[in-house]
Amino acid sequence: MTALSETAAREGALSTLRRGLRLSPEFRAGLAGTLALALVATAGRVVVPVAVQQTLDKGIGADGRYDIAFIRGAVALCALAVLATAVCAYLMNVRLYKTTEGGLANLRVRAFRHVHDLSMLTQSGERRGALVSRVTGDVDQISQFMQWGGLMMIVSCGQLVVASVLMAVYSWELTLLVWAAFLPLAFVLRRFQRVVSAAYTRVRERTGDLLAVVSESVVGAPVIRSHAAEERTAARVDRTVEETRRAQTRAQGLVALTFPSSELVAALATAAVVVAGTLLGVGGRLSAGELVAFLFLVTLFVSPMQTATEVLNDAQNAIAGWRRVLGVLDTEPDVADPGADGAVLPRGPIEVEFAGVGFAYPGGPPVLHDVDARIAPRTRVAIVGETGSGKTTFAKLLTRLMDPTSGRVLVDGVPLDRVRFSSLRERIVMVPQDGFLFDASLGDNIRYGRPSASDADLRLALTELGLADWLEGLPAGLDTPVGQRGESLSAGERQLVALARAYLAAPDLLVLDEATSAVDPATEVRLQRALDGVTRGRTALSIAHRMSTAEAADEVIVFDAGRIVQRGPHAELLRQGGVYGDLHASWIAQRAI
Amino acid sequence: MNPHVLREGAGVLAVAIRAEPRVFAVSVLGSALYAATTVGTAAVLGRVTEQVVLPAFREGRTTAGALTGAAAAILGVAFLKALGVAGRRFYAGLMQYRMQAAYRRAVTRQYLRLPLAWHHRHPTGQLLSNANADVEAAWAPLAPLPMAVGVVFMLVIAALSILLTDVTVALVGFLVFPAIALLNVAYQRRLAPVATRAQQLRAEVSEVAHESFEGGLVVKTLGREQAETERFAAAADALRDANIAVGRIRGLFDPILEALPNLGVLAVLLIGSMRLQSGAMDAGDLVHVAYLFTLLAWPIRALGWVLAEVPRSVVGWRRVRGVLDAGGSLPFGDAELPAEGAAGLEVRAVRFGYEDGRHVLHDVSFATGPGRTVAVVGPTGAGKSTLTNLLVRLVDPADGSVLLDGVDARDVRRGGVAATAALVPQQTFLFDDTVRGNVTLGLDLPDERVWEALRLAQAEGFVAALPTGLDTRVGERGTTLSGGQRQRLALARALVRRPRLLIMDDATSAVDPQIEARILAGLRESGAGATVLVVAYRKATIALADEVVYLEHGRVAARGTHAELLERSAGYRNLVNAYEEAEALDGGGLDDVLDTGEEALR
Repeated sequence: MTALSETAAREGALSTLRRGLRLSPEFRAGLAGTLALALVATAGRVVVPVAVQQTLDKGIGADGRYDIAFIRGAVALCALAVLATAVCAYLMNVRLYKTTEGGLANLRVRAFRHVHDLSMLTQSGERRGALVSRVTGDVDQISQFMQWGGLMMIVSCGQLVVASVLMAVYSWELTLLVWAAFLPLAFVLRRFQRVVSAAYTRVRERTGDLLAVVSESVVGAPVIRSHAAEERTAARVDRTVEETRRAQTRAQGLVALTFPSSELVAALATAAVVVAGTLLGVGGRLSAGELVAFLFLVTLFVSPMQTATEVLNDAQNAIAGWRRVLGVLDTEPDVADPGADGAVLPRGPIEVEFAGVGFAYPGGPPVLHDVDARIAPRTRVAIVGETGSGKTTFAKLLTRLMDPTSGRVLVDGVPLDRVRFSSLRERIVMVPQDGFLFDASLGDNIRYGRPSASDADLRLALTELGLADWLEGLPAGLDTPVGQRGESLSAGERQLVALARAYLAAPDLLVLDEATSAVDPATEVRLQRALDGVTRGRTALSIAHRMSTAEAADEVIVFDAGRIVQRGPHAELLRQGGVYGDLHASWIAQRAI
Repeated sequence: MNPHVLREGAGVLAVAIRAEPRVFAVSVLGSALYAATTVGTAAVLGRVTEQVVLPAFREGRTTAGALTGAAAAILGVAFLKALGVAGRRFYAGLMQYRMQAAYRRAVTRQYLRLPLAWHHRHPTGQLLSNANADVEAAWAPLAPLPMAVGVVFMLVIAALSILLTDVTVALVGFLVFPAIALLNVAYQRRLAPVATRAQQLRAEVSEVAHESFEGGLVVKTLGREQAETERFAAAADALRDANIAVGRIRGLFDPILEALPNLGVLAVLLIGSMRLQSGAMDAGDLVHVAYLFTLLAWPIRALGWVLAEVPRSVVGWRRVRGVLDAGGSLPFGDAELPAEGAAGLEVRAVRFGYEDGRHVLHDVSFATGPGRTVAVVGPTGAGKSTLTNLLVRLVDPADGSVLLDGVDARDVRRGGVAATAALVPQQTFLFDDTVRGNVTLGLDLPDERVWEALRLAQAEGFVAALPTGLDTRVGERGTTLSGGQRQRLALARALVRRPRLLIMDDATSAVDPQIEARILAGLRESGAGATVLVVAYRKATIALADEVVYLEHGRVAARGTHAELLERSAGYRNLVNAYEEAEALDGGGLDDVLDTGEEALR
């Protein structure tokens, strides 16, 4: 299992909503209080219609006499109610923002951490941008729902209930009439909402494509420029821009159709209320004030209907957001940290053993077959072999970036999957070929593996690696900014930083995976020599296609088609010939002139 | 909000109105219809109350005609209102999206036009947000703009309508509506900086996540997950606090804005009933005015929405203009280069430095005749990659010149340099596209040409083994290729164009020596007849060269054949013989090495 979990994608919306809400227990804190405040704030909306009715019916008598004192009292009371409603609404908003933002910030952090806990294979199976959006945009959609859509949903329902109750008190006949007008609208809107939501999904997809194309035209600028592909790239951009615009216009058109339909229904309800109400009034069953209040109450039905499509869209987006966040959190890391139960390895030279190890990438053919190998403590081992022979897989299994499909890897006699990550990462460090640098200073990048290191420590480490001269040549020394992904430095320089970073972390087993492939030979030899010196007494393993590394190692392991085919010191292997002999011969041939 | 920003914001809107005058006119027309009918609804209801409802209640009877008339009036006004709403919404959106599309195209075209030096000065994330978020922000006020114009219209009609009803009651309106408008301005003024800050923090959270996930392997191998989580949590917490600050302001102003018109209605009731007593107005007038207050409360906030978007719009617009107005675009001449045969190359006294003050190349000169092969050799950080970028005119030298077939590269027509020279860079970039798309980059070439280039780049085997061959998607969403395979695709991309000058910047560093040897042999045998410049460390690669340029600290330290440089330049000797010397010093198995080496040579 290396893909993200699909559970959330398959379950129903309600189940996702339930599990999503359960992710953030913070939401429940003080929920009752917030809901009570929301109820008061909603109930406050009927104050004005009631005031109008009371004024018309009681303040202005049928006999044309006016009871100003009553009106004053009623207006003052209603004004107080309006102010109290505003205060409740304020308190509710603040509480809502505090609890939801607090809960969502924690959710972001949890999802972020979980992404890092996923195995390298799971991580690399996803587009980077898609992973980022799971801790940013997807959570933002939930937040939007919690603070607007979800609240609107509750307030709107409350508003409909309160208005209906009040209307029923005035006249049940007219209430039924209003419901009869609005109920079909609710069903129509529900259908409309599906169409609108599908249209917006399309907009989001097109926008995603658009961003990808623009991003390629920025990141790939050198390639586009050097092959004069500007016009063709521009045509591609134009196409996605146009597709995005078309999707947006279509969605907008649908909304423009949906929105006024509630206006029409409201007018229908109003007209019906006027006609029926007047007839009821003639029959003496309704007062004029009650009828006018009714007309005001009908307006309370319009806004929930108008926002309904947007609220439902919001809810769907939030559920989609939860679905994607749950997709991360539901995924069990296939390379898991045994945590507190795990073993802690004491520091000191490391012994490694591979016992019958096989490995296949998910859905792929086996790339390692039944590998048995023991690497004694304090040996410096070189791994050689053609591309695709299994060298890098071997290194990834050794550093537990992946777990073997069969067999076991043991470190100091302890199965690797029983070792705590904190202990494992401290003792075994790998330098990959493409040494990623963070957008910070050179010093901060080298310090990354050991944050407590002082500038003097860094200088010492660079001197020990024979890189003091290189550091001298940089304009601002350790303070030199390396730029995004380290791109202000050359590829070779980035590898030097990555190596220094791993070296400073002082592991007991250093694994180098083509870590100096872009460095010039003289620097590489100098580095190699320096590393030989400083790793003496530690275990070191390096993968290289430059045979000079193999020649300097205590032992060479030769891989071919996923198996170890030869093992021994360089001189002995050379005498044996075989695969190693061929590799070495082509290396020599390359060098000879 | 200072008047300067407001004026600039109005200027931005004027740009859009000038660009789409007709669409804007229709949307404003829709909005005006909506405004008039909103006021009309209240007036109709007032009249219906006074002329149909109250008489019926008083007299205890009514006529079918009166009721039908009332219903027809209400429905008719509503129909016009719906028409207005639909028109306003649709055309406002149309205008907004058209402007967005136009500026997204313009910004991206500008990216494709501006020189790479300009790209180097601007981080990728910023360029992406210029084309996306900034364009969106610039045109965001267009959505509520027609509504706001309509609201102004609506307020005028409402004011007139209330004034005509009763002057005293109108005074309440003249107190309440300006109060709402002013409060809205205050609201937006308070909200804008906080919302902007939240927006910035949102971008920061995204940047931290992006960088951290991109460096996921380093985080894992150094066991830094906890530290990264703390770094992210700090950004997420800052965003949370900013969002709560936004919530506080919203939570304060929204209820006040909702309460104000309600208080207005209550005031109308109080004053109105006194006026009723004095006979200055009737109950229908009272209902009309009170209803109008309820109806206007919401649309009047559209003014606030436009004002709220203005500062963001101005900032977005400035950033977009910054891209569109960026000067220093790469000038082109009109010189044509020959279409056939190998190109001649001369680098004359070239000097180059990056923006951050690093001087990379000083007074670099060398030349090579058509069909020859030059190797550029030098230690890490000597300026070799920079030099290759100058040769294909990704950047221009600060001083000196690069000549192709004797013509200054700056005088060559647009596209002329790319048609002549192809660079295979050290770092391979693959588009999210098929293998074919990545090799042709959209050129219309027959599959045989693509396969031929793949064969020459030693990529034929693995491409043929891909699930759908040339149509297999590679890049971020597609099949993951090894570093060496990616490099070979990049090489094929250069070769398929049959360049007259091929430049390879350590372009086979991730390729096995055996495969590299086959590539080099293939290139030589194919007799492509191109001039070749290679940046290399491997002796076999250097051996192919007719001449070697040895760079040190950005200067040409020595030039000549490999043999000459071995004799003349100590730095060169140290560099290329580093492995042999290391072996000699280590002493281990030296005899064996030499023996096998000699065998291999025979």
